[in-house]
Amino acid sequence: MTTMTIAKAINEGLRATLAANPKSLLMGEDIGPLGGVYRVTDGLIGEFGPDRVVDTPLAESGIIGTAIGLALRGYSPVCEIQFDGFVFPGFNQITTQLAKMHARSHGNLTVPVVIRIPYGGGIGSVEHHSESPEALFAHTAGLRIITPSNPHDAYWMVQQAVQCQDPVIIFEPKRRYWLKGDVDTAAPGPSGDPFKAHILREGTDATIVAYGPLVPVALAAANAAREDGHSVEVIDLRSISPLDFDTVTASVEKTGRLIVAHEAPTFGGIGGEIAARISERAFHSLEAPVIRVGGFHMPYPVAKVEEDYLPDIDRILEALDRALSY
Amino acid sequence: MGTHLPSTEFDGTAVDDQREADAEAVMGQPPAQMVQLLGPDGKLGADPVYSSYADKLTPEDLRGLYADMARIRRFDVEATALQRQGQLALWVPLTGQEAAQIGSGRASQPQDYIFPTYREHGVALTRDVDLAELLRQFRGVSNGGWNPKDTNFHLYTLVLAAQTLHAVGYAMGIQRDQKLAAAAGNAGNQPDAAVIAYFGDGASSEGDVHESMVFASSYNAPVVFFCQNNHWAISVPTNVQTRVPLSNRAKGYGFPGIRVDGNDVIAVHAVTEWALEHARQGKGPVLIEAFTYRVGAHTTADDPTKYRGSDEEDAWRAKDPLVRLEKYLRAEGLADDAYFAQVKADGDELAAYVRRTAHDLVDPDIRAAFANVYAEAHPLVAEELAWFEEYSAGFAGGDEPSDQHGAAAKAGH
Repeated sequence: MTTMTIAKAINEGLRATLAANPKSLLMGEDIGPLGGVYRVTDGLIGEFGPDRVVDTPLAESGIIGTAIGLALRGYSPVCEIQFDGFVFPGFNQITTQLAKMHARSHGNLTVPVVIRIPYGGGIGSVEHHSESPEALFAHTAGLRIITPSNPHDAYWMVQQAVQCQDPVIIFEPKRRYWLKGDVDTAAPGPSGDPFKAHILREGTDATIVAYGPLVPVALAAANAAREDGHSVEVIDLRSISPLDFDTVTASVEKTGRLIVAHEAPTFGGIGGEIAARISERAFHSLEAPVIRVGGFHMPYPVAKVEEDYLPDIDRILEALDRALSY
Repeated sequence: MGTHLPSTEFDGTAVDDQREADAEAVMGQPPAQMVQLLGPDGKLGADPVYSSYADKLTPEDLRGLYADMARIRRFDVEATALQRQGQLALWVPLTGQEAAQIGSGRASQPQDYIFPTYREHGVALTRDVDLAELLRQFRGVSNGGWNPKDTNFHLYTLVLAAQTLHAVGYAMGIQRDQKLAAAAGNAGNQPDAAVIAYFGDGASSEGDVHESMVFASSYNAPVVFFCQNNHWAISVPTNVQTRVPLSNRAKGYGFPGIRVDGNDVIAVHAVTEWALEHARQGKGPVLIEAFTYRVGAHTTADDPTKYRGSDEEDAWRAKDPLVRLEKYLRAEGLADDAYFAQVKADGDELAAYVRRTAHDLVDPDIRAAFANVYAEAHPLVAEELAWFEEYSAGFAGGDEPSDQHGAAAKAGH
């Protein structure tokens, strides 16, 4: 067991990947000598050289598009997109090419490209640096989307993503990059399957589903609720596509109440998908409507008001109160 | 014929003349010159660089180039007819561009990898793709149709220019393969390879073309950008896409740009062979602009009479790629009436094969679509497939829940 931050855990996961797989390589803007704007690739170019840690031209479509070509030649590229809001120049390549290549070729071609995207708000930054666009990608068949919330998952999930033969997008909770935790680099343990949800805390009165940056918030809300006498189960989704409905369903069958929290706007978001599926799967177990806690239907607001936008402990507790009032 | 004749001598349209003049005004230098060896009159000229490549073509090679062009034109006619008869949903004709496609395709080596757009039927022929398989996409039974690993001829890409970036990435992979082989002491065991990225004058405006050329230049990737300037992006003429000859854009990226007479199969072959050698030798990318013309419609859904005059089409028909090579072969005594009769018979046989095969294409089962969304098991796909099987089984005489496509095994847990 080693204690490290999420950023360091991803760094170590990438280091382990590069060392184990000679066909793996990293691509992105400023990921070389600088180590990326969040220093996630710090030191890797010195260790593996510029053919394995590639500082690319400043062009996101170019990064994804050439990564697809490298994958077709048998390589496993890991692309870093500098910020969530900057993925859109590459959106065409991701949705029309990367996601569809396997199906288009009747399974003859695989494109195991990994795309790392720091996402989410709470860092007081300028426009395009705080967004949560995961639903746009989850809606696209052919992609897998995962998001670690702690260093141990981060270390293993980045390696598992590279090993997966499908394209995988990793949404990294950027405001939690410096969150420390224990990492077992010897074995993934319960993190063996990156596409399964984890129950972080057991409870009987309600379930909170969260992922990425809101997982610590959900845990804190559950702690606060306990002081009021409510036993709340917390699920870290970990994977957004595929989504582990079995784990969520089983929890709701036990608790009868569900709150889904994410930073992304609620309209058309992952929370809506979970609410719909759970209402189909566990209708007779539900004691209250599934309640979503998320961002508003607006462009991500300016930094000075983002605290009013981002779901926090109180917003989750308010939703919990509503659920418990039925 | 002379060498490097200014393209203005061939354009025959005021629009092209004006564009060349604009180009000169913008760049302060003469417009790009066009490499031509075999002119419309069927006479072979000379070029200080490319004649040595053309000289390598044997009489058999030349007859082969003609036969390929004739076969693909016959195929094009047949596919268009199949569309008109309702056997295909759509067809994308290539007539007029035979020399650009056959000349460049025949210049490639088996180890090279080709990224086509969606009109490169002639290149597909040179890569031994079963032409009947090309029709699968247009009959609506596949979004691909062949396995690119068999021929190093990638699937058609319909989102314009997306494939140019795939081509550069693939070329970056070739570079890394060479380094890995060298590190393992296996340098030279595999023949050097290069990549060809096809695109058109319309797609040249897409940002991905720019990004692909930036990446190719930055990493000196072994890729040849082959732009077929067929003068029309559906209904929009080239001068809306560019005010300078497209080949001149290479200068901005720092690699050679060559405009070649795209209706001259000998020049196209020579220039492409030179460019591929250049790339394979590690000298970096090349842009080739094949100056040609789409004689027919963009697709069978298009009506060219709404946007261009028949005089322009007639002017380009006078530069037909097959006619000029036939003139040359006859004048040089390299082919006779019997040869051309045989070529025609071979074309008819190909057409009959394609027609027969198109008719015989069976509709796919949607279970195959379930099976190929992901390479690894995916619970949502498995759940939806299971639902579909149960739903289908509810219809008397409906789909049996058979699993001939392995969908359950692949999509399941």
